[in-house]
Amino acid sequence: MCLGIPMQVKTIAEEMAVCEIDGVRREASLMMIEDVKVGDYVLIHAGFAIEKIDENEAHLTLKALREALDMGLVAE
Amino acid sequence: MKHQQEYRDPGLAKLQLQALNQVVSEFDGVMTFMEVCGTHTMAIYQNGIRSLLPDKIRLISGPGCPVCVTPVGYVDHAVALSRRPDTIVATFGDMVRVPGSSSSLLKEQAAGATIKIVYSPLDAVKLAEKHPESDIVFLGVGFETTAPTVAGAVLTAEQIKLENFYVLCSHKTMPGPMSVLAGDPELKVDGYLCPAHVSAIIGANAYQPLVDTYKIPCVVTGFEPLDVLQGVLMLTRQVIAKLAKVETQYRRVVKPEGNRKAQALLNQVFEPCNARWRGIGDIPESGLQLRPEFSHFDAALQLPIEVEDVVEHQGCLCGEILKGKVRPADCRLFRTACTPENPVGACMVSSEGTCAAEYKYGISGQQA
Repeated sequence: MCLGIPMQVKTIAEEMAVCEIDGVRREASLMMIEDVKVGDYVLIHAGFAIEKIDENEAHLTLKALREALDMGLVAE
Repeated sequence: MKHQQEYRDPGLAKLQLQALNQVVSEFDGVMTFMEVCGTHTMAIYQNGIRSLLPDKIRLISGPGCPVCVTPVGYVDHAVALSRRPDTIVATFGDMVRVPGSSSSLLKEQAAGATIKIVYSPLDAVKLAEKHPESDIVFLGVGFETTAPTVAGAVLTAEQIKLENFYVLCSHKTMPGPMSVLAGDPELKVDGYLCPAHVSAIIGANAYQPLVDTYKIPCVVTGFEPLDVLQGVLMLTRQVIAKLAKVETQYRRVVKPEGNRKAQALLNQVFEPCNARWRGIGDIPESGLQLRPEFSHFDAALQLPIEVEDVVEHQGCLCGEILKGKVRPADCRLFRTACTPENPVGACMVSSEGTCAAEYKYGISGQQA
């Protein structure tokens, strides 16, 4: 039930945004998040954006993963 | 989809598994990790993760499917309300097929009740606007991820002065049952894969008391396959290093303090209450009820109705399955009397239920 879909904010009007993923658009409430702007990626759950997706952290997690694994393999 | 392909990269998954095998090779015995969230349960079955892990790592499913932990009495209450004249029950789809003591919402719908499946609690508010002649009862089920969306719907209904919108509230909060299970001597859990989107709201810091009291490693983990594998690897490293701390694997979404605005919304509308969990029993302060100033939206108070006595289904092991003590295959009803078409227990109904997942994907995933 706690599934969240990452979608990109396309337009904002007051507390509602139109968000898109793979060409599918949906309205979502922005009542729960702050400082969101067009172009941001947000996580949509039950018609609400529940959090912004931090692009930088997304890349850092993958980078750290790759680096850690590279080191692990070198050590093997 | 943004980042989803990257976090499903089979090449990286293979490397991760090599790393995991290497780390675990210096460990004697078996470590047991519990995934608490139903969405994790699905991700683990769907991706066949159990079959990929080293034998020394055992994953068990916990009480993290909101539909599954909702007591039978709540379903009976919803059924009774659906029989009222001029009443529309609005609900997330999973609740419709959950068997109550003698009926289900699906059966009531066949008998003439109006049951509407909605995607968002705001859709239920729209229904109330559209049908001023009817009472709309929204079934408020779900954890901290979902409860703020229901709070948002209640505030919207208040703002537009709706007088025909009600919530039958059975929201629950997560850390409580994790403490109960961590303290259960029959159940040896060596670490928790903490829920992804519950944690987006409550924050990773919410697990610190659990770690302090029970010295149990906690890793807040995302829902993609690489997220889960990395979460397992982080837990394994903690166990081997004899550490117990809160770590966050799912850093692209979860902050230590969580989403303060969503927390404020939740606290404005709801207050903690005692709650009954199917299989676990009553846990103090593990539920949410509407605050007195919002009691005019409370279906239980405003729409009094007689509810039948609870009859639990004989032989159903949902309760033990929700605690991670037995596997679905240990239940004699599994695949015989209890199937997705004809579910006996809630764990077979919800798409996130352990029994439904095991029925569909086989014990280690991807077999069916």
